[in-house]
Amino acid sequence: MKIVLNGETRDVRAETLAELLEECGFTGRVATAVNEDFVPSSLRVAHKLADGDRVEVVAPMQGG
Amino acid sequence: MKTFYGTELPNPLMLGTAQYPSPAILEQAFRDSGAGVATVSLRRESGAGQTFWQMIRELGVLILPNTAGCHTVKEAVTTAHMAREVFETPWIKLELIGHTDSLQPDVFQLVEAARILTEDGFQVFPYTTDDLIVGERLLEAGCEVLMPWGAPIGSGRGLNNEYALRAMRAEFPDVPLVVDAGIGLPSHAAHAIELGYDAVLLNTAVARAGDPVLMAKAMAQATLAGQLAHQADPIEARDMAEPSTPVVGKAFLS
Repeated sequence: MKIVLNGETRDVRAETLAELLEECGFTGRVATAVNEDFVPSSLRVAHKLADGDRVEVVAPMQGG
Repeated sequence: MKTFYGTELPNPLMLGTAQYPSPAILEQAFRDSGAGVATVSLRRESGAGQTFWQMIRELGVLILPNTAGCHTVKEAVTTAHMAREVFETPWIKLELIGHTDSLQPDVFQLVEAARILTEDGFQVFPYTTDDLIVGERLLEAGCEVLMPWGAPIGSGRGLNNEYALRAMRAEFPDVPLVVDAGIGLPSHAAHAIELGYDAVLLNTAVARAGDPVLMAKAMAQATLAGQLAHQADPIEARDMAEPSTPVVGKAFLS
C-alpha cells in the first residue's frame, strides 16, 4: 500500500505502524503521528495503517 | 530561589542547543557555562537524532523540549505529546507562533494549548509576550512558569520593553519568570536578572557568537552577577548628581 512517510510517498508491505518502522529502518528513539494524531509507542503494534495514511516519524533534534 | 515545577535550577541560565558550529562546541558551551537546562526539539528523523540524544543525555542537564514552529493548537499539542514520549519529561516549552517575521506568539492559541496540556499532566513553560492579562490567563490555565520575550527570537536586541517586564515581575511576585528570546549580550542577561527575573533562556547569542564557549561563560557569569545585584537591593536611578564624597569637612581653599 502507499503511505506518505515524513512527506514522501512510499510503497510499503507493512500493515501496522510498528511494521512500518521496522521496514523503513527506524531503530532509534522516535515518536510517531498518523494523520496528524499522536500514536504512543505502546499502540504502534496494534495501529493498522490504511492506504494514503500520512505518517510522521520524529527524533530528538537541536532546538532553542 | 523559586523552583520550576518543584525543581531548583543550579543557576539562572537556560541554553538552547541549535546553531552551534559543531556538537563538540555545543558540549563545551554547556560544560563551561554550567547551564542547567537545555532546550531541544523534534524533527523528522534523518539519522542524526540518535547521536544528538546520546550527547544531550551525557550532559546531565534538565531537558526542556519545545514546540518550535507550531502555528496551531492541534500541532503544538501533538508535538508536546511526541516530545514527552521521546524525552521522557513532562516539561514542555510551549511555542505557538503567530507572526512570520517577528515570531510573536499567538497568545490566544497559547492559552488554549496551555490549558489542554496542563489537564493532560504537562508542566508548561509558555513562551509569551509581556502582556499582563495574557500572563494571568496562562496562570489560570495551569501554568506555573511564565516566559515573556525580551525581543523577537534571534534578534539580539535585549529587553525591548523594560517597563513591561518590570510590571510583570511586580504583578506576579511568586511566579518563576524567565526572559525567553531576544538576549544578545551578557549585559542584557544581567539586566533581566537584575529586574528580578529568575532565569534567562537564550540560544542564538551564544551559538552564533564568534566563540560560543566563551560567550556561554560570559552569559553564565552575567546571570550570576545579576542575581547578586538583585539580592543586594540596587539604588534607584536619579536625575541629578549627589556627591558620594562627604561635603562636610572639606578644606576651605578658595
